[in-house]
Amino acid sequence: MNAVETSGLGKRYGGTWALRDCTLAIPAGHVVALAGPNGAGKSTLLHLTVGLAKQSTGAISVLGNAAGSLPALDRVAFMDQDAALYSGLSVADMLQMGRSMNRRWDQARARDRLAELDIPLTRRIGRLSGGQHAQVALTLALARRPDLLVLDEPMSALDPLARHEFKSALMTAVAQDGLSVIFSSHIVSDLERVCDYLVVLAGGRVQVAGQTEDLLAGHHVLVGPTAQADQVAATLPVVRDRRATAQTHLLIRATGQTLATPPGWRKEPVGLEELVLAYLREPDAFALPGPRTSDATKEATFS
Amino acid sequence: MEVDKELPSPIEFRLDPGSGVPTYLQLVQQVEQALRLGYLKQGDQLPRVKDVVAGLAINPNTVLKAYRELEHRGLASGRRGQGTFVDGALPMVGLREQEALRRGLLRWMRTATAAGLDEEGIVALVSSALHDLHAENEEVVA
Repeated sequence: MNAVETSGLGKRYGGTWALRDCTLAIPAGHVVALAGPNGAGKSTLLHLTVGLAKQSTGAISVLGNAAGSLPALDRVAFMDQDAALYSGLSVADMLQMGRSMNRRWDQARARDRLAELDIPLTRRIGRLSGGQHAQVALTLALARRPDLLVLDEPMSALDPLARHEFKSALMTAVAQDGLSVIFSSHIVSDLERVCDYLVVLAGGRVQVAGQTEDLLAGHHVLVGPTAQADQVAATLPVVRDRRATAQTHLLIRATGQTLATPPGWRKEPVGLEELVLAYLREPDAFALPGPRTSDATKEATFS
Repeated sequence: MEVDKELPSPIEFRLDPGSGVPTYLQLVQQVEQALRLGYLKQGDQLPRVKDVVAGLAINPNTVLKAYRELEHRGLASGRRGQGTFVDGALPMVGLREQEALRRGLLRWMRTATAAGLDEEGIVALVSSALHDLHAENEEVVA
């Protein structure tokens, strides 16, 4: 079962395509990071996923049902960029509201979570710290017992400690419930260690998609003399090419076994942050090793 | 994922963000290190997945992968519904053998110093050679 499946998905606002030609198949059970620069289409894809927007072209299904349909909405929870809660209400009021508005609602669990976090139910939303605000929003989302949790930039306003605590709460929920998570972030270091599936969007298109483990195993940096760089780069799929007068770094897309290190060169592994940044810097490079990469021409396109 | 158990694990994990070592491997190495230093003994429980995830804010699959690797290395075994426990020991090199190796290494270090290498140079050379050794071993496995 795929958590999210899209084909030829596109969304146009006026004359501008916010997302186009998006074909993805994200298996359930993953923590998916959606990365990309501002305006890449991250929020658009998430809004289409949770039924807050309707696509202009193509199709999108969530856990096997059309996005926005009742059976899909029932199983999906969404936490917005600014986690909009009513600042005049108390935490208890918000819980009550959630309870009356949702068919699936686990009030006991929500109360337990808040007690564990030392967030008093009588506190007004407007008086919460940024970290507490995010935790309350996450608690409300989890109380719906979703099979898929969608978070749009959940950590962008948090300080480092609150960020760590938020990630910790999120990962604990994944460990306990086995739910799927999709979250967007333009802060690349947020992704590392948390996500096990990565989607990078650039200019409204899918640039990279796949399990992080496969992506990391499928990329290497070759370090060697610039004098031979042309010769080496000509035979390999180069994602990013950095040359100084003497030394060259080539980020190559190839698995370790198939990539023979040229004599005089050194092969080094790549970290997730380095990988994401390289693709962000090279918007014309693609890496789509997912289960549905039938589009061979796209796979072979490198900058 | 795992039920509550009375006894907490004798060890706790920490992560080194700058090491470049994959997260799951850092967990594996810390268990091995704890075994070598005697912090962990046969039958001890490894930290529960839920606790590791909550403490380090990492993906639960990373912890599961580390524990699978420890099982694969014959150092731990999972008990259904209870958790993962130390089950096995690291191959210990005999004291006499260790002493001989140490003397050999000291000899090599004196040679290196005489050749003009300072301490940092020696460390760099050793870790680079370890890297090569690791790569060799990986090629054998592959």
